[in-house]
Parts: sequence; structure tokens; C-alpha cells
Amino acid sequence: MGKHVITLMVNGESHRLEIEPRAHLADVLRDELALTGTHIGCEHGVCGACTIRVDGAITRACLLLAVQAEGAVIETIEGLSDSGEIGDLQDAFRHRNALQCGYCTPAMLITAQDLLLHNPNPDRATIRDHISGNYCRCTGYQAIVDAVETVAKARQTAGERA
Amino acid sequence: MKAYAFDYVRAATLVEALSLLERAGEGGKLIAGGQSLVPALNLRLLAPQILIDIAQLPELRGITSDDTHIHLGAGTRHAELATSALVGQHVPLLQTAIRHVAHAAIRNRGTLGGNLAHADPASELPACMIALEATMLVVGPKGERRIDAIDFFKGLYETALEADDILVRISIARSPAETRVHFNELARRAGDYAMAGLAMVMHGTQPQGLRIRPVFFGIGDRPTLASHAARCLEQAADPMAGLAAAQQALSQDLSPQEDLQADADTRMQLARVLLKRGLTDLLAQGRG
Amino acid sequence: MSGPLSPLDRPNSYIGRTVPRPNLERLVEGRGTYVSDMTLPRMGHVVFVRSPYAHARIVDIDTGAAKQGEGVIAVVTGAELVEQCSPWVGVLSHLKGLKSAPQHAMAVDRACWQGEAVCAVVANSRAQAEDAAELVQVQYQELEPVTDMRTALEPHIPVIHAELGDNLAFERSLDAGEVDKAFSEADAVAEAEFVFGRHTGVTLEARAVLADWNPGERRLTVYQGTQAPHMMQNIFAKHLALEEAQVRVVCKDVGGSFGIKVHVYADEMATAALSKRLKRPVKFVADRIESFVTDIHARDHICKGRIAVKQDGTITAFAIDDLTGIGPYSMYPRTSAIEANQVVNLVGGPYQARNYRARARVVFQNKNVMCQYRAVGHPIACSVTEGLVDLAARAIGMDPLEIRSRNLIKDDAYPTDSPSGLKFESLSHHASLAKLKQMMDYDGLRAEQKRLRRQGIYRGIGLASFIEVTNPSAAFYGVGGARISSQDGVSVRMDATGAIIVQTSLTEQGQGSEALTAQVVASALGVTLDKVRVILGDTDNTPYGGGTWASRGAGIGGEAAWQAGKALRMNILEVAGTILQTVPDMLDIDQGVVVDKGTTRERIGLDEVARIAYFRPDTLPADFQAELLATRHYVPRQYPFAFTNGIQASWLEVDTETGFITLLNHWCVEDCGTIINPQLVDEQIRGGVVQGLGAALFEHCRYDERGQLTNGTMADYLVPMASEMPDIEVGHVVSPTLESELGAKGAGEAGTAGAAACVANAVNDALEPFDVTITEIPLTPSLILNALGRRGG
Repeated sequence: MGKHVITLMVNGESHRLEIEPRAHLADVLRDELALTGTHIGCEHGVCGACTIRVDGAITRACLLLAVQAEGAVIETIEGLSDSGEIGDLQDAFRHRNALQCGYCTPAMLITAQDLLLHNPNPDRATIRDHISGNYCRCTGYQAIVDAVETVAKARQTAGERA
Repeated sequence: MKAYAFDYVRAATLVEALSLLERAGEGGKLIAGGQSLVPALNLRLLAPQILIDIAQLPELRGITSDDTHIHLGAGTRHAELATSALVGQHVPLLQTAIRHVAHAAIRNRGTLGGNLAHADPASELPACMIALEATMLVVGPKGERRIDAIDFFKGLYETALEADDILVRISIARSPAETRVHFNELARRAGDYAMAGLAMVMHGTQPQGLRIRPVFFGIGDRPTLASHAARCLEQAADPMAGLAAAQQALSQDLSPQEDLQADADTRMQLARVLLKRGLTDLLAQGRG
Repeated sequence: MSGPLSPLDRPNSYIGRTVPRPNLERLVEGRGTYVSDMTLPRMGHVVFVRSPYAHARIVDIDTGAAKQGEGVIAVVTGAELVEQCSPWVGVLSHLKGLKSAPQHAMAVDRACWQGEAVCAVVANSRAQAEDAAELVQVQYQELEPVTDMRTALEPHIPVIHAELGDNLAFERSLDAGEVDKAFSEADAVAEAEFVFGRHTGVTLEARAVLADWNPGERRLTVYQGTQAPHMMQNIFAKHLALEEAQVRVVCKDVGGSFGIKVHVYADEMATAALSKRLKRPVKFVADRIESFVTDIHARDHICKGRIAVKQDGTITAFAIDDLTGIGPYSMYPRTSAIEANQVVNLVGGPYQARNYRARARVVFQNKNVMCQYRAVGHPIACSVTEGLVDLAARAIGMDPLEIRSRNLIKDDAYPTDSPSGLKFESLSHHASLAKLKQMMDYDGLRAEQKRLRRQGIYRGIGLASFIEVTNPSAAFYGVGGARISSQDGVSVRMDATGAIIVQTSLTEQGQGSEALTAQVVASALGVTLDKVRVILGDTDNTPYGGGTWASRGAGIGGEAAWQAGKALRMNILEVAGTILQTVPDMLDIDQGVVVDKGTTRERIGLDEVARIAYFRPDTLPADFQAELLATRHYVPRQYPFAFTNGIQASWLEVDTETGFITLLNHWCVEDCGTIINPQLVDEQIRGGVVQGLGAALFEHCRYDERGQLTNGTMADYLVPMASEMPDIEVGHVVSPTLESELGAKGAGEAGTAGAAACVANAVNDALEPFDVTITEIPLTPSLILNALGRRGG
């Protein structure tokens, strides 16, 4: 039951890590790489707070063993913030107060971005459905739905102008 | 909440996976998408010695079609099923059902084979497999065998798979254009396991000679084909005329269980409502 | 200009303006610092071995094998940790008769609920500690658990703490007016038993604490997700045999609190004690399974209620008999009697009826501890009151809105009081009702309801008026002997560039404490928000004060910030006046520049004032000393509590075949006095409403008869998710408290207070054709089908 040496590609950086197979990716990101923007809320795949992007698809990091992620392209809130990819969503969340304690927020943003990449013009019910696996205990969700809807419209308008 | 320590090996081929599984013996456990397994590991409900990762086996990948059937690799992820044009064209029931399976992030990793092998009684896809009369291709140390879906699900988290078997492929007859399908589930929150659900297929167009397969899930310890109820519907002059009898017959077909979400009586009531609504929907599709 | 200026009418005031919270940028980028994110050198992780039994004697603990575990630093039993941490008793002297037993950081000889810690394992990683925890051999002798609060006081039931004599923790009775007469003279009497599901807060970040005893400094630093750092400083010192000055509590980002994180948890005390014992940092982060069995639960009540009403709709009396089970100990230091006490205080509160009888009994049981969670007691009181009012309306055939209109305390009747002795300064029930009626188009909805019923679609309207206790004075805890400050302090200083640094005793868990403090200080001073930086959550670096709970942040901490900002403005103007050789009274500050008062004529920038004060004091008169720091404290004195009020409404559909409820719309009109940031108030209301909706539909800690929690995972304990929640419309009426200049009354809990009540009323309204009354939450499909007699059988 020794440790495994794996290489993880996280936010464009390659990391060689020696880890136990039992370690899930959320723990490895947080403990080994100090990427603490990926939060842990339940560790049994329900709350969604650890949602990250693996090979472009949103994934619960607590349900993916880090050893399974070898060779995958991993993106966390830190990478998505630095690249600016979700800057408009982050702005909208801030201006709409779509976060209170902020613990669900990185995962909520990544999930919202996933929706907008697949469905640029979602209605409110679709937004609610897509984030329905992400617990937010503070906001009651409406402000989050508003913020995502605002960004969807803004991107549509920008797309039309371009 | 950290898993017990275990070892891990990623298999490159089906043959290798089978031999690893055989060598591991009782301490071995397959992992694919891990969406049901990893929570159980984290909660220390399971203590495998070694996980054998079959997520990347080429033999388990791919969605193909021939003249009569569509073939789904067991390693196909829910998200791939949801977006596959072949699936949409030939087994639309699956795509309707998949929208109810957990949430997007789970669907991105969870696999069809993992879902079926886990055999959660409240899971959507096992019921669809029975309704669609799917066949499971299983490979074990003694070679290949095919298991009909109706024989595959044996009970609570129990299947016809032996400990050293690997589910490789699921084959489903392509639905003729006139086949109607219905899927509905009653869950208190979107993405939750259902308190009661129904996958139903209706073959034929004339009131006489209809073949109806209502399969309930989330009610008993396994997905259940309500054959008595189906007969009531099929034998009535018009299916709707047979509904009341069919609803009564559900008590012969189903053994509702009590859990945290609902008691047995509630489940039976929900099953009857689902049957009525399902039939209404199927008949309305014919008029559409 | 028309009318006199209020003190709040400052140039470029931020009072009443929606501006983004200053602390959000880092949170949206994942750059927050939650306790669960923190690591320190030589840090150990503690995992607790917890009792699997609700009640058991600890016969023996064998730690030998665990101590040999890989990475293990120490294994410490409850009995051993007594050396480091003394026990406590959760009572307050003003709650007469309240009793409880001494509680230790870990069980010493007896575990009293499933989940109570009995042994601690500290290791280099959480996983190693969990591995070793499985090697701790605890020999238990199972004892008969007390689980049913209905029978907890019966003679044949075991007494949990023999030395207390019985299982009754607290009892309060109240009899006001002429209750018997009112009931005997009533035209109709309605009664019901209201049952509430025990539920909990489910903060998304579980409880987390990192304690660092540094023997070199002889200081304990505790990084903790807590709402009340100064309270915790006192308690760590008291029970770890330290001086308060030896303890520093630091509260950085907190992943949700809702009252869950304002209590003293045994395992957090154990963590601090372990750090002291092991002379190194020890971190505890509850996992989700631990959270469900150790985070306080709340609202486990059965309340019988009666209401007397005249045919003209006049409600003449309320009577209640409330019973609640609080677990085996009264929680420390706020006690577990407050919730029931609030129920007694609040039932009937919005109404004119003067006849009121109440009894509340609080009993011990072998389940997890219960204590104050968001809107303490209010949802119980509101559900009972509003449920009874609807029953009374139905009994006399009156519309639910009409009966409220006839009985709510008139808006011009203030100041007044309630039969339970609550003092109301100024409430606005009728203005709120009128606004709600218009916002929701009540008459239109009634017509739609009627039309849909003919199609077999059953929709219901539910109303719930509420009052909400906010801004508690010392009457809440201080008079009972608890060292929980009811005052807050704020220091405001101008640095050498003219920027402003604010230190407040409020804490932030997402409510917006930092934002409201910045907005108030910027307004009081006359600077722009970007010049204001707020420091909070650190006992070493903030004035002493209560923290953030009981909707007190804006009303108490906000007023202290206002007064401190004003004081600094005067100090700055004195320096400016000296520089400009004019009287300070002729000057003001507008957008960071000293101007001639009442004009925008710029005289000198704050940066220049600061430069002179700090670097060229030699240019100022010899007898003048600039003071660019001002501190003010505030506590309400005139009223023991402020009260906010409002009314909520729910519009929902019941599927009478499946028992499923679809929430279609929800409205809340509330009056929190002066609104500092409209968006933050609205979002507090919405978030609070949704927690109340969770209680109405989903949330329930379900115990079996052996005291085992049967649904303690996120998969089984359901909280509201996005798809099932409606959009919530929020309206406001503004009646500022005149006790403070700011006039803010607090908004954190009003949403939670009334949400479940109006959903229950709406369900009963929807089911009115079936002559069904349901007075139990959560409203599960099974419950509804049962009530309708629709069972598959």
C-alpha cells in the first residue's frame, strides 16, 4: 500500500507528486499544492463545493482519486481566475452579492461557467437545474441565478456585436 | 472522512484487468467513474485491498450501432450517453432518463457500466435496461456470457455479476419509430434518488396487440417489471380502460420498501400515480 | 432644501446605497482563508473517537495499539484531558431554575449522546489519525437512552443526570390577562398540536479550529470559525487555566455560521486543550458525518396551542404548552433554554390580544445538544401563532388576510408592549400587510386559486406576520452572568496618507459586517469607500465586543462605527481648523477633502492633513496635539431588544396525488429600520427565507428510539437546492429605531422567522377543499398523503 508517484497537470503547471492511492483529488490539490480555493464540504459527492474542471468537464474532486487523474488536464478556481476566463462571472457575483460566506463560490462559478459554455442562453429554470448539485446555504440561490443570467445576456450581446 | 489505505493499479486491457481481478481475489475491487464507489470509500464503508481501474479500457469504450442493435460500452460516461446522436435516435428513453441522474459533474465521470453494476434500487438506468430489454455482455475467467437485463438485477446492490466478472457492453434493440417511451420519477429535489420512478416502453400502435413494459424503480429492492399491471393494460379493450385494474395489480408486482424518504404505502400510491401519468403520456404521444 | 437634515444626511452618504462588499474579490477568486485552509509548522490533526451509543458507560479505553499507529503524535482519553480542561455548566442565573450537569471536553466516564467524543487521536495527517482512531479499543456498557421528549419526565424513565433529580432542565410559565374568561366567552376556539422537526444549520464549511499553544510566549492563539471571538477568548482562558490576555482568538473567513458557530463545542475545547498538552498546533475540522452529530441542532418542539376568537374576528386569547428536548446538556454559555424562552415571549406577539397563557418545558434527552440557530425560537412561535390565527379564521369563516388586518397591533399604537412583557418601540404591521397585499396581488391570487380548483389544481396562499428580536442589550446574556458582551467597539484612524483603517468587534461570516462598517464609517467621515479598510475577527487587534449574532451587527456595531466615524471627523476637522486657522464647525469632509461646511469649496485634502499631523507637527501650535484615532462603543439601553417586524406570504401548489409541493412564489415585507445597504438586506432576507423553507419541506434530524441519528449524511439530510426554491420578492417598510442615530434594527433572521409558517398555512389553504389541517413540519409527501387519506395500502 505504498505511495504512488504521479504527474498532475494543474492550471498549466506540471507537478510530480508522491501520494497515497486513497487520497482524493480535492485533498491533493489543497494539501500538496496549496490550492485551497477548491473547498471541501462533504467528501461524499453531494455538496459540490469541490467542483473543478478535469479535461474540460466539471468534476467533483472529492469523488476522483488523484491517482486516477494522472495525465488529465486539471483546472481549479486559481487557474480560471488567473486566466481571466470567468472574470465576468466573478464581477457579476460580486455586484449582485451572489455570495455571502463564499465557501460554495469557487465551485459555483466553475459550474456556472460550464453551463454557459454548453448553453449560452439558458433560462432561469435551466440555470437552477445546472447548479442544483451545488449547495449554497447563505444566498437562497436567487442572487446566483441573477448573476449567471446577467452574464449570459452580456455575453450574448457581446457576441452579437463582435 | 478519509478512506482506508488501499493499493491501486490501472489496467491497460480487458485481459489484464481480468487477470488483476483474479489475482486480487476478495480484496480486489473494480473502479471506473468512481461516483458511487469513492463516496463509499471515503465513508469507510468499504475496505478493498486494491482498486483495479478499468476507466480507460479500450474494450469498454464506444457507442456503436448495427442494423438491429445499439451497443454501449460499459465505460461510456453518462454525459456521453446524454449527447450521443445514436442514442438519441435509437434509444431516446435513455437520454430522457439521464437528465434525472444526479448532477452534471457526476454525469461527467459516472459510467453506464458502473451504474448498472452498482445496482442501486433507486437508480434510473437499471430500470431503463429492463424496459428496453437490454442484454449485458459480461466477461469472466471462463469467457463471455450474455445476461438479459431482467435477470441481471438480483436485489439491493446485487447483480448477476460474479466477483471476477467485468461488464463490457450493453446491447439494446433499436426502437422502431412507432415505439413510445415514457420516463418519470418523483424525487424531492432535482438530481436526488427517486422516491418512486417509472420507465415505460410501449410497442405497437393498435389498442389490441400492444406490448407494454412498465418498469418501476426506487420502490423495492431492485427495478421491477410490473408484469401483472402490464397484462391488465395489454388485455383491455383500450389501455386506459385497463388502468384501474393495472393500478390494483401493482400490489402483486411491487414490494414497496420503507426508507428515510417514504413509507411503503406512500410508495405504492406513488407507483399507481406514475402508472396513470405514464400511460396518459404514452397515449398522448400516439395522438401527437 | 426641504425639512431638517437627519444626522445621516451627509455629503455623498453611503447609507442606503447598494455597493459591492469589499471582501468579495478574494472570495470569488478562491483566495479566502478559511480555518480549514490553514496549516502551521508542526501542526497535528486531531480525530475524535466518538460514542456509537446514545448513552453508555465507558468501562475501559485501550489506547495501546493506536499509539503505535503510523504518524500518531498522541492518543488522549477524556479522563486524561481533564488535566488541561475544566468542565462547564451551561446555565444563566436569569433563567430561573435552569439546571444542567458539568460537561467535559470529552466524555470522562459516560457518553450521553451518539457522537460525543470519548478519546482523541492526534497524528500528522487526518487520514493517519482516522486510521489510528480505529485502533482505540473502547469498552462500553450501554445504558438505557432517553429519547422521547414526550415521556422524558415520566417516573419510569431513567434520569440522565442522577444528581439533577429529574430530566427537566427548565420550565417557564406565564399567565397574562384573563385567559379562562376569554376562552369561555369566545365565539370559537381552535386548537392544534404543532410538531417541528429537529434540524440543524449545515454550514458548508464544517466547524474548524486550529489551536496553537506557544510555550515560548505562554500564549494560546486559536484560529476559529466563530461568531464571537471575545466570548471564546474568555472561555478558552477560563477552562484552560490561562489569563484572558494569554489567549488570542483569530477569526478569518468563515464558511457559514447561522448561529451554529456561536457556541462552545466540547471537541473544539478539547482541541485547544490538546494543543496546550502537546505544546504544538492542533487542528480540528469536523467532517460532515461529525457535523451532523455534533453541530448544535435546534427546533425540536411539540407545542400545543389554542386560540379564542369572536365572530367579528377579534382574537381574544392565545394559550400554548411547549415541550422541547435539548439533548443531554444545556449548551454553554448561552444555554439551551433560550429557544423555549423565546417561544413563550413571542407567541401572539404581532397581535392585540392581551390574554395569554404559556408554559414551556425543556427536557434532557440522549440526543445531540440543541441550542440557538438562526431566528432562535421565532419559527416555532411564528408557526404556532400564525397557524392558530388561520384556524381561527377558518372557524369563523373569515379570510386569513382580513383576520390579520383586524388584529395586528395598530401602527399608531406605539410604544406598547406584549402580554409577555416585550417592549415595542415602533412596528409597522399594517403598513407591511398593505404593502404585501399589493405586491402579491392577493385578490388576484385568490381568484386564480378558485379558478384552478375547478380544474383539480390545488394552490394555496399562506400568510405569516412576524416580529423579530434584534439588538439584544445586556438583558440577553450579561445579566445572567455570561461574559458575552452586548456592546460593540469600533476604532477608526486615519493613516499618514489620509486612508482610513477601521477595527471593529463585529465578525464577518458573509452577512456583510465588513461592508456595512465601511459604508457607515465612510459616510460619517466623508470619505470614499475605497479609502476605508476594515479589520475584524481578532481579539488582539479589535476593540472588545460581542461579535455577529442575533441580528446585532448593523444595529449595535453599526452605531458604534457611526459614532467612531463622527468622532474622528471632529478630530480631523480640529487639525484642519488649526492648519486653516478657522473653527472646525465651519468645516466638513466631502469625498476625502476638507470643505467649507454646506459647500463643495475645497480647503485641504485629508492626505495633506495627515502629512502635516504626522510629519510636520512642528508647524502646528505647541499646545495642539492631533488625535487621528477615535474609538466609540455602543450598547442599547432604552430597550432590552429592538424589534423588527414584517409579513411573509407563500403561493404554492400541492399535488394531491403524490403529496409533492411546488413553491411558486414567496414574498417578504420587512421593517429593519434604517437600511444601510439595500442589496445586503434583501439577500439576508432571501437567504433566511430559504433556510426557513428548508425547515418547512426538507430538513429533519431523524433519530430512532435508541437515539441513533438515521440520516446524518448530506445525501440523507436534505437542504434546499436551487431547483426547488422560488424567486423571493422582498419589500420594505422603514421605521428606524430612535434609540440610535443610525436607526438600524437588523435583518439577519427575519426571513427564517416566518417562512415555514406561511408555507404550512399555504399547504392547509391549498387543501382546504379536503378539510385537512397539517400542523407538522417538514411537510413530506408521506405526511401529506397520510393527511389526505391517500395511501397505496
